[in-house]
Amino acid sequence: MLIAATIAILVVMIMAILRAVWGPTLYDRILAVNLFGTKTVLLISLLGFVMGRPEFLDIAIVYALINFISVIGVLHYSDAHIFKGGDQQKKTMKKNS
Amino acid sequence: MDISSAVFLLIGSFLCVSGGVGILRFPDFYTRMHAVGVTETLATAMILIGLMLQNPDGLVLLKLIIILLMTLFISPTASHALASAALQNNLMPELDKQENNEKESSSNP
Amino acid sequence: MAFLVAVAIAIVRMKDLFAVIMLSGIYGLLSASFFVAMDAVDVAFTEASVGAGISTLLMLVAITMTGRTENPSRHKPLLALAVVTVTGSLLIYGTLDMPYFGLAQDPVHLHVAPRYINDSMQEVGVPNIVTSVLASYRAFDTFGEVVVIFTAGMGVLALLSVVRHPKDIAEIDSINKSMHEEHLILRIVAKMLIPFILLFALYVQFHGDYGPGGGFQAGVIFAAAIILYAMLFGMSTARRVINQSFIQMFAAIGVLLYGSVGVISLLNGKNFLDYSALSVDPVAGQHLGILLIELGVGFTVTAVMVIIFFNFAGRRKDQQNKEKNEP
Repeated sequence: MLIAATIAILVVMIMAILRAVWGPTLYDRILAVNLFGTKTVLLISLLGFVMGRPEFLDIAIVYALINFISVIGVLHYSDAHIFKGGDQQKKTMKKNS
Repeated sequence: MDISSAVFLLIGSFLCVSGGVGILRFPDFYTRMHAVGVTETLATAMILIGLMLQNPDGLVLLKLIIILLMTLFISPTASHALASAALQNNLMPELDKQENNEKESSSNP
Repeated sequence: MAFLVAVAIAIVRMKDLFAVIMLSGIYGLLSASFFVAMDAVDVAFTEASVGAGISTLLMLVAITMTGRTENPSRHKPLLALAVVTVTGSLLIYGTLDMPYFGLAQDPVHLHVAPRYINDSMQEVGVPNIVTSVLASYRAFDTFGEVVVIFTAGMGVLALLSVVRHPKDIAEIDSINKSMHEEHLILRIVAKMLIPFILLFALYVQFHGDYGPGGGFQAGVIFAAAIILYAMLFGMSTARRVINQSFIQMFAAIGVLLYGSVGVISLLNGKNFLDYSALSVDPVAGQHLGILLIELGVGFTVTAVMVIIFFNFAGRRKDQQNKEKNEP
């Protein structure tokens, strides 16, 4: 059963990579990377159990945190006005409350 | 114990794969995010509970609970951040575009 | 393996640097999964935290200063391609002579490795053999690595250091307060998570003897937490929390701690970095020595990552202010 779950997660990771390469907008790619990261956490935990080495859970915790920080970082820097020579005309819409 | 763990793992993998299919097949960014955001957290929770029921000892159980709690905090926050950043940078959902097109085409006879 | 090649090709061909960074994040992850599959836990740990985490963040900050798309290349680099192909094929030809991967009769497995595996427990007394090799048998190499990281930090400081004017600080503060109200949910969640991340970094630092971990990984995680704080709450608040001079001192303290452990061993009559000179019982001396040098490594790695990030981001802010003031 563990091995079946591992294979299912690998399949989902392949789907995420497809979307990351193919996705038309930037945010599709960020979403795919986020999904890939969450599935990696699960994959590492499952592999730890399959190979009988529960120390892998430390890596899973680290990876969950790093995934979160990376996605927040990428989102913070995806505003176009931060980039040098980027779209100066692109106005950011105020949030409709 | 083994059967309940297998059931949880099965449900978790099914949810995971359905989220993956969703990210490939849905037409628009916001719908894809809906698919991923919902199924990702739930699938992670199910699989982790399935792993917890496999009778590990104390420290491993504690680490699994920590990963579960962290994922419950982190996944919805990341989805929220992604959606609000996309909306702020003027990525419109497709439904709005279609309605706007229909309004324009219906107001110009 | 095919994924790695595909991702690498995609990285080289794409012109949009932002997408390149995200693909390199996936590349780092795939490498980490490889290492996990090969049962190398410490390496996977380091690769996951450094390659997929900090590299992505630091490169993002770097491309805010260089612009988002790559300049089109002006010439076809055929000569370079030929040189690389010839060198690569010569190297591959050279490896055909080497013994097969993982056979028990390899020289690698016959001379040095059995000594480490068999004697590590009695001589060093630490269950994690990777830590004992890294921190005790090969401590001099690790000293070199720490000094390299410190030098990189100093290089960034020498080239990119920014002098802060007091009136800029007040102006930036007001901008930040208005711009970041929209991150409310993120801020609340981050406030709950950051103490936990710091605590986990300390756990990884001190647990390096018994499980995967150690100074490098702990330093990277610590720095990642600080970078998260700086991103969400604004650079000026972060600078008030972590003073620039304090963090520079921190980096220097790490290297000095490491070096002084070695010098103390010298003063007690043994070799440089021979930990059995540190206490009456040699195994306790090893424990103390490993603890101190891992602490030194953690200090330096944290401080250098934070220095690099703050300098890049502070420089970009100055550039932005200059662009705003001369429309």
